[in-house]
Amino acid sequence: MRNLWIFISRYNAFFLFFIFFLIGVYLTVKNNAYQRSATLNSTNEVVGTAYERLNVFKRYLNLGVVNDSLASENAKLKTKLLALTTVDSTKEVQVIDTVTNQQYTYLAAKVVKNSITLRNNVMTINKGTLDGIETGMAVISPQRGVVGFIRDVSAHLATIQSLLHKDTKISVVIKKDNALGSLVWGDNNFDIRKAFIKEVPNHIKMNVGDTVVTSGFGQFPEGILVGKLSKTNIATNDNFLSAELNLFNDFSTLQYVYVIKNKLAKEQQLLETPVKAK
Amino acid sequence: MNSRLIIVNVFRWLILLFVQIFLLKNMGFYDLSTPFVYVLFLLLLPFGIPNILLYVLAFGTGLTLDAFYDTMGVHATACVVLAFVRISFITVSLNKDAIDDPEPSLSYMGFQWFALYAFLCVITHHLVLFFLETFRLTEIGYTLMRCGLSCIFTLLLILLVEFIFYKRTSR
Repeated sequence: MRNLWIFISRYNAFFLFFIFFLIGVYLTVKNNAYQRSATLNSTNEVVGTAYERLNVFKRYLNLGVVNDSLASENAKLKTKLLALTTVDSTKEVQVIDTVTNQQYTYLAAKVVKNSITLRNNVMTINKGTLDGIETGMAVISPQRGVVGFIRDVSAHLATIQSLLHKDTKISVVIKKDNALGSLVWGDNNFDIRKAFIKEVPNHIKMNVGDTVVTSGFGQFPEGILVGKLSKTNIATNDNFLSAELNLFNDFSTLQYVYVIKNKLAKEQQLLETPVKAK
Repeated sequence: MNSRLIIVNVFRWLILLFVQIFLLKNMGFYDLSTPFVYVLFLLLLPFGIPNILLYVLAFGTGLTLDAFYDTMGVHATACVVLAFVRISFITVSLNKDAIDDPEPSLSYMGFQWFALYAFLCVITHHLVLFFLETFRLTEIGYTLMRCGLSCIFTLLLILLVEFIFYKRTSR
């Protein structure tokens, strides 16, 4: 023990240096945001690179198995190709749809009655329960965006509560930054080419010309076009922002619409009902 | 240590840090060469100073600089390294029992010894300083260039100061 003390005091310069140096480096890394992040990042980098190397090596080891599976897959595909090329084109080929994951199916319908001049507009289409249409289904117009919801259904006809209706509220997002909002029509302005997006959180920056699409939270699939913002940051009394937008859809010339069947609608409703009941 | 030595060193500390913080901090050539003349204080501390006091002074001086440069700990670490180099160099190059000069300045030790002493201390200080500041090895060329150019600048200024305050003594 005594010898140790002698040793330490003899080389006190070095030991003191070591202690002070450690304190200095600790202070540096602790108090400077950049150095701290750099330390963390470099450790991550080292670990990451090591794993990457290991992965490359592992992949190399697995090459044999992968090759075998690729060869067998090739053989399978080739037999299939052979079957396809020798098929008799005059025979009717039965197509079995194996796509089970498809959530939305589209059904085209013709508009037989349309109204745009009222406060609450309703239109009628020529498809009904026989075609599988149910209340609440979403309706869009080909390539031009949202139309509304199915309201009442008869055997061969159905009515659509169009967007130009007091009660229609569609969940939309501003495509640029995925900011949620609600699409409504007729807020002090009954122009059929304009609608309003409401309840956008206050911190979102909206620009004129931003595209608005459906959010996918309601009956509508995600990403259906709605319109372009034409007037932003309209003052409201609540804590949200509002904006005016030009609809892509021209309701006055609407002739054909697509009714969207959501395969998962029932399931979703069933799942969400108890939550609402609480 | 007599009181005169303490007063001289305290004044030196004040003046060098004042110059460093209020004048040299704003100087530099294209961010490549920045002088750190305050290390002259640590270079000129008297021979008889205990190691622990030297380290505490170095650390304290570095921390003071850090407070003004907003680089907590970087200068302190560099100064501690400088103190270590100073102790090692003096131990290696001089016979500790036979030292009769009060402090390792140019006037007492002569140009050759002082230049080497200053060079070694300054270059280690700057190496630690710049590498801690950059904190990565990917820009090693740029960092080394900054370090080398700053080292030249600092050394020039230190030698300039030492020649200005040169006292002709019989060696």
